[in-house]
Amino acid sequence: MAEKDLFEVEIICPDHPFYEGQASMIEFNTSEGQVGIYKNHVPETLILRSGIVTITTPGEKLQAALHSGFAEVLKEKVTIMAQAAEWPREIDLERARKAESRARERLGSSRENVDVLRAEMALNRALTRIGLMKK
Amino acid sequence: MIVLASMRDIKRRKSSIQSTQQITKAMKLVATVKLQKARMRAENCDHYFHRMYDTIHSILARTGVIRHPYLQKGQSDKKAVVIISSNRGLAGGYNANVARKLMDYGFSGEEVLLYAVGRKARDYLIRRGYALEKDYSDVIDDPKYGDAEMIGGDILEAFTSGKAGELYLVYTEFKNTVSQEPAVMQLLPVDPGEMSMDRTEKLTPMNYEPDEETVLGELIPLYINSLIYGAMMESVASENSARMQAMDNATGNAEEMIEELSLLYNRARQNSITQELTEIIAGAEAIG
Repeated sequence: MAEKDLFEVEIICPDHPFYEGQASMIEFNTSEGQVGIYKNHVPETLILRSGIVTITTPGEKLQAALHSGFAEVLKEKVTIMAQAAEWPREIDLERARKAESRARERLGSSRENVDVLRAEMALNRALTRIGLMKK
Repeated sequence: MIVLASMRDIKRRKSSIQSTQQITKAMKLVATVKLQKARMRAENCDHYFHRMYDTIHSILARTGVIRHPYLQKGQSDKKAVVIISSNRGLAGGYNANVARKLMDYGFSGEEVLLYAVGRKARDYLIRRGYALEKDYSDVIDDPKYGDAEMIGGDILEAFTSGKAGELYLVYTEFKNTVSQEPAVMQLLPVDPGEMSMDRTEKLTPMNYEPDEETVLGELIPLYINSLIYGAMMESVASENSARMQAMDNATGNAEEMIEELSLLYNRARQNSITQELTEIIAGAEAIG
């Protein structure tokens, strides 16, 4: 990948800077669906949804799980403000599986006090984590 | 000046002060270490918060006046107030100052729904007739972003359901190790006047997916969470530096008292020796 096709990527979490580096492409999940961004993209602010972010750097492809937040795309730089972000090595698969079945159970039950939105979000997070581990 | 009669009393008092001093010294050290950690975390989250602030600011500056519910005062006259103090005392005026800040701000007990983080200010305000809505005091011992999300979710719920018309945050701003100041911040409605200063011309053109209003609606809850998280971080740093100062003063005072008591003790010892000698001499003279 040529040097001129690289742009800066910064991923920030509330409690720590998560990633900073050069990339030729970045893909992630937004409220409008999956997007892939190259250099010189039109400036744009997007809302994130739980999903896997793929950062293509000259040497390697990095993947991590992102959970809600937003992304600011500029021509030379992409800044992602994530509520939470995890590398595969930080994910506890067992816990994610449990969270998945818990969320499915809650969605399946017809009780009135189930917070559907919350359960769906929990399910999405769990599925993202499991999906990332399977790669 | 301490007036004590016997040498034994002085000695006892001195050793009691010495052990107090050891405790205050240890507490000071603990606070110093905790302060360093808290400061680092506060700085980390500052970065995130500023980006968040800038983004919301630039949306508001660009779109001018949008009629979004988050930008308007709710129907209710009640004010939901998140107040951050600590669970432990011995931190100088830290807890009292933040509680008093809320009272001085002109919010009466009837109009406030209290969301307390930290037992000290909670108890202080309950005693003065403020109504506790919800208590999160346990989280301040080790605040996580998830805790801020939970609190943010609850107060936002109070706002959207019409239970509270305005949301406020009361915390202690960490300026530096010697200066911490209690502060009140308005969370909702977001005040665009304060935000959209004359920086419009510097803004790069930007598109919003799907549109400005939706992005704003999604961002403001995140913004509130990050404000709460940041305020917790700053408060913890303030608490520890307040405690560090208080314990440093206490250690200094103890030192002073020990010196004074040592002087008294030596004087008393000298007196008793002199007296004994006088008695011996007097006795010897009587016999001789």
